Amino acid sequence: MPPALRRILPELALAAFLLVAPLLLPPLGFSHDLLSRALNWALFGLGLDILFGLTGLLSFGQAAFYGTGGFVTATLLVSGTVGSVWLALLAGTLAAGLFGLLVGWLAVRRIGIYFAMITLAFGQMAYFIENSPLSGWTGGENGIAGVPLPTIGFGADAVRITAGLPMYTLLAATFLVGFVLARRIAKSPVGLILRAVKENTARVAMLGHDVPAYKLAAFTIAALYAGLAGAMLGPFQSYMPPDAFALETSGQLVVQTIVGGVGTLVGPLVGAALWLWLRDNLQLIPGLGPLWKLVLGLAFIGLVIGLRRGICGEILHLWNRRREAHRLRAELARTEAIEVSGGAPARAIPAEIALPMPRPAVDGRSARGEIALEARGLARHYGGLKAVDGVSFTVRRGSIHAVIGPNGAGKSTLFKMLSDEVSPSAGEVLLFGERLTGGGVSRAAQRGIAKSNQLNQLFLNLTVQDNLRVAALARARGGFRLDLLAPADGRPEMEAQVATLMDLLDLSERAGTPASVLAYGEKRRLEIGMALATSPNVLLLDEPLAGMSLSERAATCALIRRIAKACTVVVVEHDLDAIFDLAERITVLCEGRLLADGPTDSVRRDAAVQRAYLGAGPAEAGATLGSAA
Amino acid sequence: MPSTAVLLSQAFNGLALGSLLALVSSGLTIILGTLGVLNFAHGALFAVGAYTAFVMMSATHSFLLALLGGCAIMLVVGFAMERLVIRHFYARPDEDQILVTYGIGIVLVEALRAWFGGNSQRVPVPSWGVGATKLGFLVYPTYRLQLIGIVAALLLGLYLVLYRTAIGLVVRAGIENAGMVGILGIDVRRTFLLVFGIGVVAVGLAGMLYAPVVSVTPDMGASFMVQSFVVIVLGGLGSFPGAVVGGLIAGEVISLTSAFSSAYSEVMLYGLMALVLVARPQGLFGTEGRV
Repeated sequence: MPPALRRILPELALAAFLLVAPLLLPPLGFSHDLLSRALNWALFGLGLDILFGLTGLLSFGQAAFYGTGGFVTATLLVSGTVGSVWLALLAGTLAAGLFGLLVGWLAVRRIGIYFAMITLAFGQMAYFIENSPLSGWTGGENGIAGVPLPTIGFGADAVRITAGLPMYTLLAATFLVGFVLARRIAKSPVGLILRAVKENTARVAMLGHDVPAYKLAAFTIAALYAGLAGAMLGPFQSYMPPDAFALETSGQLVVQTIVGGVGTLVGPLVGAALWLWLRDNLQLIPGLGPLWKLVLGLAFIGLVIGLRRGICGEILHLWNRRREAHRLRAELARTEAIEVSGGAPARAIPAEIALPMPRPAVDGRSARGEIALEARGLARHYGGLKAVDGVSFTVRRGSIHAVIGPNGAGKSTLFKMLSDEVSPSAGEVLLFGERLTGGGVSRAAQRGIAKSNQLNQLFLNLTVQDNLRVAALARARGGFRLDLLAPADGRPEMEAQVATLMDLLDLSERAGTPASVLAYGEKRRLEIGMALATSPNVLLLDEPLAGMSLSERAATCALIRRIAKACTVVVVEHDLDAIFDLAERITVLCEGRLLADGPTDSVRRDAAVQRAYLGAGPAEAGATLGSAA
Repeated sequence: MPSTAVLLSQAFNGLALGSLLALVSSGLTIILGTLGVLNFAHGALFAVGAYTAFVMMSATHSFLLALLGGCAIMLVVGFAMERLVIRHFYARPDEDQILVTYGIGIVLVEALRAWFGGNSQRVPVPSWGVGATKLGFLVYPTYRLQLIGIVAALLLGLYLVLYRTAIGLVVRAGIENAGMVGILGIDVRRTFLLVFGIGVVAVGLAGMLYAPVVSVTPDMGASFMVQSFVVIVLGGLGSFPGAVVGGLIAGEVISLTSAFSSAYSEVMLYGLMALVLVARPQGLFGTEGRV
């Protein structure tokens, strides 16, 4: 099969299925009406799948946007304000999107448990608004009857889209378009970033992406899908029911999407069709009739306990596992071999590879100074504890600068203030003479400061290549951009940069491997590589050698030297041998205070430093530290 | 502008509703704070409580016995839920916990519907609560006044358990840092079981006490659950004082607004939630940085 065709295989398969479904499925109890209703729910569910499946935000308030789309459309049509059904559909969809923007602005401030609670509450709010203050327009508990059917063409030639097969065709076409768009969104840079947000929100922000804006975008997209589905409800059944706003509607949507398989985009359709079919048919079974929902509830609990991926998700999982079992075994074997051999990279770092830093974040004009980074009186107090207390030092441009100190000296807190992850109690950080402090971690990253963490913060279920892409996208696209229809891998210069980086990190053969499968040393290299992929001016490395074997240490030190040729490096490390070898200048912290700061040699000879580290006489300590070199 | 008498009587209604919400939310918040589980079956458990009052009242004709028996039943329900399902979800993502408790909620409500039918049931007001009491300036239903007193006593009892007993210390420590409590060698599993049981009894009691005031239906808990979510957002996650104060605020907002316009009573509550989310996202009693 040609690759171009293979790429759109899901779309083609869906189109073929929607074409034959009304011919083949009715004998099985799927009437045209049931299929139409399922398609409407599925369109509604596409939005939830983007919000929950892709981004990991579980909303229990989608009915608010379904209802908004529905009632705005129905009110406009019945009151005669808008004559064209199509225009009314558009207005309803946009109204739902606007409402989604507002609710999302409030809801994305919180995650997980809070997010579910807040969306549920706002869903109820919409229900009460529809039911009481606006009942003059919405009919309150009666809903709106007499919504006109959509027509195609004008005047006497106009064709009304009536119930049955014509309505099925309209809904099927709408769902197909919605599905194609959703797939494009999932494969866009935004989609990749949303997947990363689901894996590790904090790291996405640290790379320089505006996480709340992306979450809000996902929320609004979900609201637009819900709005369009709701808008079609009135024209579809000539009546706009008030229960579109009900809590039950949000709940049923969640259940259907989970049952069908979240994150698959076809899951909502399968889930909706199955749910509606079971509801219609279980009620026909003598003795079971009134218990249909109890049975479905029990089945749902069982599914959440045992088959969490849902129907389509489990099928896809089995399919992929069968197809990729061989490859995965090979990858795992490789991981094991690396762990056993002590984790050294297979080869030395190739000297001919240029560091892939296409476009520094700060241009030459503002980066003229010799001081890359400056800490001025930085302090961080936690209650009475002074983790860092008035630390000032400068980092020269293009140098390797080390920060050392005994455990609890405040190195990690200092580092978090340098990257603006933690805001200081006093003092400020200057990057090339401009104040960095106070803008937040993603702004700091956008201005050219990157950090690799002491504990790996990778996107474990994304491939090595995608991990690096998420990082590189932050530089290539800035903090936020809505390129929903562009492919995530569609920037040739960025793809080249990612490829070079993988080569440099000796991860090229692991490009398609999920980060979770990598060996420890590889994960460490990827952690550094992600920081590097943002093309920083200043790279902060928090204990890059932690947990590494001797040969891995040597390789990583060589890598750091290579990096230092392209940007300024600040490194926190416990391995003094390595530090004395690497660093040009060293800042020593002790109990939150600056103990010493200067060229490596003078710091090594500093009596106070020796006392702090060894608690021994100068002569003896000098010998020990000296031997380190 | 409504008359003073109307406003006062609505203020009392707000106190009654608010104290019930405080009890419901306390149950929700100690489970959420200690176990980290948002119990989406909380509304269904409220209804289960109301139906136990209905069954026990029919059997014993004594409200006090009904309450005692109801508590025992709720404790069993809570223990069964924790042992059979919830326990296996502590290590799973928040979203899975929400989904499975939502499923349990559906099953409980539908089981009530299957057992008692969809029609509403009535629980009689206890003999000592029949009639109305003159409060000088207004006449108010006696049972509602007693309801406020009973719930206040229950909340005080819960406060004493949480702040004056060893188990309460473990629970409060667990809210601060569940991992640390485990490291200290305290049997977290038993504590979690007990906490879940207490939380379920709290919401069950709220359902039992509310049963004589309204008609009992399988779906009656849903609105209480949503309102208790709002209370948690107002008060702050896992905070017992937050649940009590948030509950009272929510009750008064709903009742006093409806003195002016009943159409806006609920809407006003959600408006207040939106305001708190903007101005103080961690809630009135919540601390920054948790969830």
